[in-house]
Amino acid sequence: MESVLAVVIGGLYAAGMYLMVRRSIIKMIFGLALLGNAANLLIFTVGRLTRGRPPHVLPGELMPSLPVADPVPQALILTAIVIGFGVQAFALVLIKRVYQSVGSDDQDDLVAENRPGGEE
Amino acid sequence: MRHLFLFLPLLIPLVTAVLGLLAWNKPRLQRMLGVCGTATLLASAAALLVTVLKEGIISAQAGNWPAPFGITLVADIFSALMVLAAGVMGLAVSIYSLADTDRHHESVGYYPLLQVLLLGVCGSFLTGDLFNLYVWFEVMLIASFVLLAMGGRREQMEGAIKYVALNLIASAFFLAGIGLLYGVVGTLNMADLAVRLRAVPHVGTVPVIAVLLFCAFSIKAAVFPFFFWLPASYHTAPVAVITIFSALLTKVGVYVLIRIFTLIFIQETSTGQPVILAATIFTMMAGALGATAQPELRRILTFCVVSQIGYMLMGLGIMTPLALAGSIFFMLHIIAAKSALFLSTGIVSRLTGTTELARLGGLYHKRPLLAALFLVPALSVAGIPPLSGFWGKLALIQAALGTGHYLTVTVALGVSILTLYYLVRAWSEIFWKKRQGTDNDEYHHVSPTHRRQMLVPTVLLASVSLLMGIAAEPVFRLSLLAARQLLDPGSYISAVLGVRP
Repeated sequence: MESVLAVVIGGLYAAGMYLMVRRSIIKMIFGLALLGNAANLLIFTVGRLTRGRPPHVLPGELMPSLPVADPVPQALILTAIVIGFGVQAFALVLIKRVYQSVGSDDQDDLVAENRPGGEE
Repeated sequence: MRHLFLFLPLLIPLVTAVLGLLAWNKPRLQRMLGVCGTATLLASAAALLVTVLKEGIISAQAGNWPAPFGITLVADIFSALMVLAAGVMGLAVSIYSLADTDRHHESVGYYPLLQVLLLGVCGSFLTGDLFNLYVWFEVMLIASFVLLAMGGRREQMEGAIKYVALNLIASAFFLAGIGLLYGVVGTLNMADLAVRLRAVPHVGTVPVIAVLLFCAFSIKAAVFPFFFWLPASYHTAPVAVITIFSALLTKVGVYVLIRIFTLIFIQETSTGQPVILAATIFTMMAGALGATAQPELRRILTFCVVSQIGYMLMGLGIMTPLALAGSIFFMLHIIAAKSALFLSTGIVSRLTGTTELARLGGLYHKRPLLAALFLVPALSVAGIPPLSGFWGKLALIQAALGTGHYLTVTVALGVSILTLYYLVRAWSEIFWKKRQGTDNDEYHHVSPTHRRQMLVPTVLLASVSLLMGIAAEPVFRLSLLAARQLLDPGSYISAVLGVRP
């Protein structure tokens, strides 16, 4: 399972990086979202995958019987997802405003006007 | 009671921000809240520093969960000093904003956002947990995104896109580093990490994580080769916003670099010393050369921000008590001096309506005091004795000479000369040279209230820089104490975990 997830994470990072170096701002935001997801899956995977052993403490016991799934990575991911959600929502609004003021989603058009010789 | 002092620098901006949001349609009330809130923050930061000086490093566990499990707040002298700087800057910028913020910014929540920014900054300084640090970083970032983009002008959008993209990449790296570190060590409490990582030699993943985190925080701190987003975005924001960004945001990056590389990745710091020093050298040079080439005042100053980051990293590269103390002193100095410079730039731009050097000139005849107000922090940043910049650079250079880093010394001195050159050139262009075209005084009228509100924080920060220069001894002793604490991780660990390891 770890190897499958490792490949998935690698793919997400590669796709995210590829999208981020594109000129389209929309693709850049998608790239950011993929990078965030890749990081979340990375935390999930390196926090050890344990199947079907929730960290429940049974009545009358002081600690769960080992091995159990580590709940900390999942808590971290949950927090990171919420933060990522907020940040991506902001980024989407930002690119909408950029699109409104520039009329294009090409990053080259952003700078073309205030630099002499910026356009080809 | 001591625990209260740890929580107050977080509670005060939070409460002020919430109250400010409740007073959404009452800009007068928001303004008052902003000034009162930051004044209280400053007072609580001073109380925190006094407590830390009296009792040593203090720590508190949120929710009373014992140390490696819960979220820890820690304050040593370094972080208390930085919280104090945040308080001073918060107050200065809040007062300055009274005169400089337009209706539009006020109506979309400028004042509450400023408080959220301060909340994130103070949280980053005080937290003792790596994941919690990530959360505070995001609090700070989202506030800064909105502050940068809220003007809505085209070039601000352009700046905001670059700023948002680069900072989010840094956050993704940071998050990946946290995940990997948890996978390897099994804890994210910084003191606990320090304990578990210092017993074993770092091989395999740990140095890689250190590099990943170094890159992430270098992006945030605008260290070469990751600095290019800063001069591309900062200059588009209103002056009050650039001031607080340049004073606090990049410093949070430097603070975290110093913190984790003196506490957690000590082994990597000694092996990675050449890399850190190379980053230092290139950061100083890139910033100074960039600033020399710029024809516009705000761009000059944003490149200057980058250049000064190099000096702060120098202490980390050399890692002796004197060098770290120099870095800490330099951080405090640059926060005051650079901000005074930015604020007086704001006054110049308010008077003349431009910050382009070619269109400025002759201001000395009309505003000799303003000329002095610009010159004092400019000379301080360049490092002219007896101003504060001189002592910070002196300590750093002395430490570098003592350890044989002659190349770094050469570059640091050369960059100082360049800094002097471009700041004095900017000064003479603004104040000395004859203004092109118009020779009658066509300055914008600034009402006496606004003039006071803009001058008070500027004079305050410039005099902080002056005082730090004239009475360098007490501040430097404090920096030295902070540096000694940083170089003795045992005291930090025992303050957090309760036992001497």
